[in-house]
Amino acid sequence: MNPVGQAVLWLNDPLNWTNPGGVLDRLGEHLTMSAAAVLLGCLVAWPLGLWLGHTGRGGGLVVLVSNVTLAVPTLALLTILPLTFLGFGRPAVVVALAVFAVPPLLANAYTGVRQVDPEARDAARGMGLSGGQVLRRVELPLAVPYLAAGFRTAAVQVIATAALASFVDGGGLGQIIRAGFGLDIAAGGGQIIAGGVLVAGLAVLAEGVLALVERVVTPRALRPAVRPAQRRAADATAGN
Amino acid sequence: MSFQLSYRAAPGNPWFSWQYVRDNSDTILAALREHASLTARAVLIAALVALPLAVAAYWFRSLAGPIVALTGVLYTVPSLALFAFLAPYLGIGAVTVLSVVVLYALLVIVRNALAGLAQVPPEIREAAEGMGYGRWGRLFRVELPLALPGILTGVRLATVSTVALVTVGVVVGRGGLGQLIFAGFQNNFYKAQIMTGTVLCVLLALVLDLILLGAGRLLMPWLRARSSS
Repeated sequence: MNPVGQAVLWLNDPLNWTNPGGVLDRLGEHLTMSAAAVLLGCLVAWPLGLWLGHTGRGGGLVVLVSNVTLAVPTLALLTILPLTFLGFGRPAVVVALAVFAVPPLLANAYTGVRQVDPEARDAARGMGLSGGQVLRRVELPLAVPYLAAGFRTAAVQVIATAALASFVDGGGLGQIIRAGFGLDIAAGGGQIIAGGVLVAGLAVLAEGVLALVERVVTPRALRPAVRPAQRRAADATAGN
Repeated sequence: MSFQLSYRAAPGNPWFSWQYVRDNSDTILAALREHASLTARAVLIAALVALPLAVAAYWFRSLAGPIVALTGVLYTVPSLALFAFLAPYLGIGAVTVLSVVVLYALLVIVRNALAGLAQVPPEIREAAEGMGYGRWGRLFRVELPLALPGILTGVRLATVSTVALVTVGVVVGRGGLGQLIFAGFQNNFYKAQIMTGTVLCVLLALVLDLILLGAGRLLMPWLRARSSS
């Protein structure tokens, strides 16, 4: 039987879904660790990016961060972090994934604030708003399309990268593929492809859902700005 | 490739050890060579396929939408999944790794080359046409040179991400330096080996990027003049 037929067979076996370590378990692991990583990335990158954008400094730092993380292999971080104080287990994997969520979040938060019309900023200043108030009440709302675009890029990337956690037995859907490779290619071909379908399907689904979320959270008045925001987000993180 | 490792390492599992590098220089160099050659071949193949694609999308606007959309969807597919799709057909080995990384590099280069071509000002295109350039003459003498910065950006991004991506090849046993990192993790979490692999990976990306940057400066002397003035 050809590998695709085997994959269909594998996916049709209910036990492969409900067994301990089956698809449902792995999907849960995959989503929880991705969510934790994106959350951690947001907590670090958004305040920093917004603040850097507000003060107008650190543009070089933003570029540097995205360039360096582009060059560091995911596998390296996944194997190095468990050996540090983080210890083996979920926290190390989550931190490793969060590192790759930071560049798109940071770059978009930074450009989001920088692209605010200087006249709007001046007007807010003239109305007597303090620096913090300008950031909170003027720049932050106007940066929302960029923040949403960055969130989408980061989340999709983390969900894609989380498949690699299986290299260090970190769980997630990648584990199904790894187990298939462990079986040898002739016997495990179906499982390998089935795992690939699940991993890829989840990433494409997340992309679609988050595109919708991005549209919803963007105020109607700012919607025309969404397209350039996406393009800029793609530019900032191209090559992820 | 077999990894004969020597464990006369410094006691206490340090993050870096010259002893390890000295004792295993053959293995390390072999991994580095494989990594570099996989990267170079992948980027070369990707560029050779991507440029005609980008030009086709540029000439026939109706192709641009589908090509960009397809590259977008493919880009969303995680690398491990792509390995999973290709490995049962291409087998365990370098061909699978090469195919996956070529595919990703291709997407990056097509997108950037298309963006570079699209931002050639219409007036310049018309002027070239008025001077009697045909479609091909215009492409090679006017449009491609003007799109070169975009193309080069694409090639640089593709190179750097390919260096990182090749490490995922450990899943089929051909990850270059990734093999070193992964073996280090599995052999009692040998930190010196993991760190050596990682540092070499980042250095390789940096060196290749600088080489491409230098090549770009040689190819586009007009940009250098503009930035210095």
